[in-house]
Amino acid sequence: MMKSQLKKLAIAAAITASTLASSSLAWAEDTIKVGVLHSLSGTMAISETTLKDTMLMLIDEQNRKGGVLGKKLEAVVVDPASNWPLFAEKARELITKDHTVVTFGCWTSVSRKSVLPVFEELNSILFYPVQYEGEESSKNVFYTGAAPNQQAVPAVDYLMNELGVKRWVLAGTDYVYPRTTNKILKAYLIARGVKESDIMINYTPFGHSDWQSIVSDIKKFGSAGKKTAVVSTINGDANVPFYKELGNQGISAEDIPVVAFSVGEEELSGLDTKPLVGHLAAWNYFMSVESDENSDFISAWKKYIKDNKRVTNDPMEAHYIGFNMWVKAVEKAGTTDPEAVQKALIGVAVPNLSGGYSAMMPNHHITKPVLIGEIQDNGQFDIVWETSGLVAGDAWSDYLPGSRDLISDWRTPLSCGNYNVKTKKCSGQNY
Amino acid sequence: MPESITIAVVRRLSPLLLLFFLFTGFVPQLLANTSTGEASLQEAWKALTDKSYSKKEKAITLIARQNTADAYPVMKAMLDGKLYFSTRDKTLFVLKEQDGNYAFTPLFAGQAVTQESKRGFKKVKINNRLRTRLRQALALLQLQHEDKKLRLAAVQELLKNPDSKAANLIRDVVEKETDTEIRTAMHTLLAVIQLESPNENEQREAIKKLADSLNPSALNALTAYQPPNTALKKLANAAIQKINDRRDNYARAETIFFGLSLGSVLALAAIGLAITFGVMGVINMAHGELIMIGAYTTYVIQLLMPEHIGISVIVAIPAAFIVSGLVGMAIELTVIRHLYGRPLETLLATFGVSLVLQQTVRSIFSPLNRSVETPQWMSGAFQINEVLALTWNRFYIIIFCLAVFVALILVMKKTLLGLQVRAVSQNRLMARAMGVRSKWVDALTFGLGSGIAGMAGVALSLLTNVGPNLGQSYIIDSFMVVVFGGVGNLWGTLVAGMSLGVINKVLEPWAGAVLAKILVLVFIILFIQKRPTGLFPQRGRAAED
Repeated sequence: MMKSQLKKLAIAAAITASTLASSSLAWAEDTIKVGVLHSLSGTMAISETTLKDTMLMLIDEQNRKGGVLGKKLEAVVVDPASNWPLFAEKARELITKDHTVVTFGCWTSVSRKSVLPVFEELNSILFYPVQYEGEESSKNVFYTGAAPNQQAVPAVDYLMNELGVKRWVLAGTDYVYPRTTNKILKAYLIARGVKESDIMINYTPFGHSDWQSIVSDIKKFGSAGKKTAVVSTINGDANVPFYKELGNQGISAEDIPVVAFSVGEEELSGLDTKPLVGHLAAWNYFMSVESDENSDFISAWKKYIKDNKRVTNDPMEAHYIGFNMWVKAVEKAGTTDPEAVQKALIGVAVPNLSGGYSAMMPNHHITKPVLIGEIQDNGQFDIVWETSGLVAGDAWSDYLPGSRDLISDWRTPLSCGNYNVKTKKCSGQNY
Repeated sequence: MPESITIAVVRRLSPLLLLFFLFTGFVPQLLANTSTGEASLQEAWKALTDKSYSKKEKAITLIARQNTADAYPVMKAMLDGKLYFSTRDKTLFVLKEQDGNYAFTPLFAGQAVTQESKRGFKKVKINNRLRTRLRQALALLQLQHEDKKLRLAAVQELLKNPDSKAANLIRDVVEKETDTEIRTAMHTLLAVIQLESPNENEQREAIKKLADSLNPSALNALTAYQPPNTALKKLANAAIQKINDRRDNYARAETIFFGLSLGSVLALAAIGLAITFGVMGVINMAHGELIMIGAYTTYVIQLLMPEHIGISVIVAIPAAFIVSGLVGMAIELTVIRHLYGRPLETLLATFGVSLVLQQTVRSIFSPLNRSVETPQWMSGAFQINEVLALTWNRFYIIIFCLAVFVALILVMKKTLLGLQVRAVSQNRLMARAMGVRSKWVDALTFGLGSGIAGMAGVALSLLTNVGPNLGQSYIIDSFMVVVFGGVGNLWGTLVAGMSLGVINKVLEPWAGAVLAKILVLVFIILFIQKRPTGLFPQRGRAAED
């Protein structure tokens, strides 16, 4: 009696399960699944949540325009919780279980390095929207953030030529992006004739909050009679106490300007910017850019997020560009198959938010203008300088030995991310 | 009405300035230009509304050189970001904010406008180059200002790039200067210029004067100085040596101050834990989140009283104490109460509570950081001399830490609650036998510890980010301080916090921030190996079991 009931139950369960599975399969064919791999909890939630919302907005807008290839897009949002190994697990889950054809995600370089083998193994596509240290070019990753030559090097040029800076403090958080960027910058400065004694390099732990002695050291370093500037690759949270300490110790932007590569509108919105007026940031986009695309984007964003005070920033623009590039490439290829889309993406050009067009280069980096902005008392940046044209992202820095001879070109016949022009060999690694 | 006063001052001074220009040979140039000057000045005013920074820079140079009565207030307004122009006809206005309204006063012709928004007006934007330009131009005009602070700022500005033009101006006013500090600065500037004189005696005198100055320009001038003979070279080297020795001494004093201030932050964060962990023996992993709640309380208080930022921080102290204290008591009553005597379960449960609190804050306030504005009276630094300045916010936090500590000692030693807390922690059964309601005392003690954590949050909100992760970054440090100081000993917590702060800051300059932190951790591990009970071990029966 008992047994037969159990049997019935099991059969019923099996039937329900199979119908559920088949219905979800049928449903999956109606939509194209787009993975969103950004931390919604943990330390990086502060920056990445915004990008998740940006992606949802872009997908929403595309669906209202009729989707892609006649199908609606469906966002699959997962939370890797600022946990680097979890990024890889979630990426695998997205591709194999949810069958996403493209993923937009990651913020820190370490999270990108963590998911990279997964994307290469399963041959999927990742759009990475944040400025990074370069020295990488994967077949499966499209880098829509800035490479060092699209942010760090032009910023240093600006300081050197326009402000006459002779003495340099390279301050950063102790991890891969600042270390590599500072290595490139140091090599670049020395190549431009700056003495080694005029460069001070300083690293601090993540979330460093006691900046007293470092700021005091910078002040001393800067009082040697030569114009001094700080090039800051300080990451995220640590910036707030850093700028507060600068203000308190009376270092104004005219005395020692700080040019930051990780401080944007979003970071400033958690800060009282009055003491910071005049400090600089280098990006490829500022919310204050005057263009029609930008004002449309800002009003759409404010409407979507239902908060009139929310700001836009550079990585958001990168996702905007990346997403539109992907849509265009899919339409060009006529399929969402990753292999075909990867090929179609190279050469695709879409409008960026600063009034021009950005194109995907064969090395999977894009062309962008470089802008320098000064912090204003309303938390916005006033653009004081910009490159006359677009700058193409360089995967391998020209200033580092070893990386100087490498090029990346994913078009056939080369199809290589790190081709050595001297030895005429493509290194076996995929990245 | 500071604008109108400054106009009046400059008007009164203009004959003097004219005299100065006569001496320096500016006037012939000026006179030659007067006919075209008027016209070009009009152009210059107009150029200020231009978008191009180089045009604005040229305009400022011209305005500064012509030096009419309008120049000073305009340049000042421009530097302060108060100079606007109407988008309609590009005439200049000065903005003044009063009770939420924007009052635009025209510089020349036109009508004053007061409205609720800045609609129709645009700010004259400036960049760093213009700011430097404006500061220097203003410094020259401010040298005879009646406000002592402005005069000093003017001399210090000129000292950054000493030139003979500034020296000429200063030579005229230095004898009339009454304030000794300003006079010293002026003499330093004159000596820097004097060092460039071809006369060797003059040079010798300049070196002697500069040897007593701590101003960075004095050292820079001496370092760049090319002595014509060995005697002067010796003298210059001795002067550099003397300055460097004095600077080193002040640098040491500064390091101690930095250490004490870092120590007081550590101690503040740890005092609450010294009670919940030290006295009660509860491993409270949610301690950091109680600090975070205190910081968010400060943020909410500032939202509630946006007009009174200065007082808001003071109001936030008791508010944070109450909010965090109540949350702490709630945690005690619902979770910890049932887990006394089971440290591992307590650790896990409170860790869970900390995650719940973090996510709650994330849902209520969003994961983005919130900004707590530092009140005016807490920003800036107390300038002791040219190389040593103590920042006010750190100074107040040291005092706040000591005050909290003294108050806590008084509570523990002088009040009935303190007596009962000590009784329960020393011998629960005996205390209960004497009629102490131990459960109630437990809740109150935990509330007290949590409330103090909330007060620490107020201090931290002024130094660092107010975000959901605020607590996490302080929890390890807090445990470290309490264990190092000796569990159950409040004095130990204070001494441990301060000494860890100083050790950290002494190590930092030569080891770097990352290594310094590691070295401190290694030191504590070794110390705990040697003395497991910390700096000041608890004596008596309670310590034995």
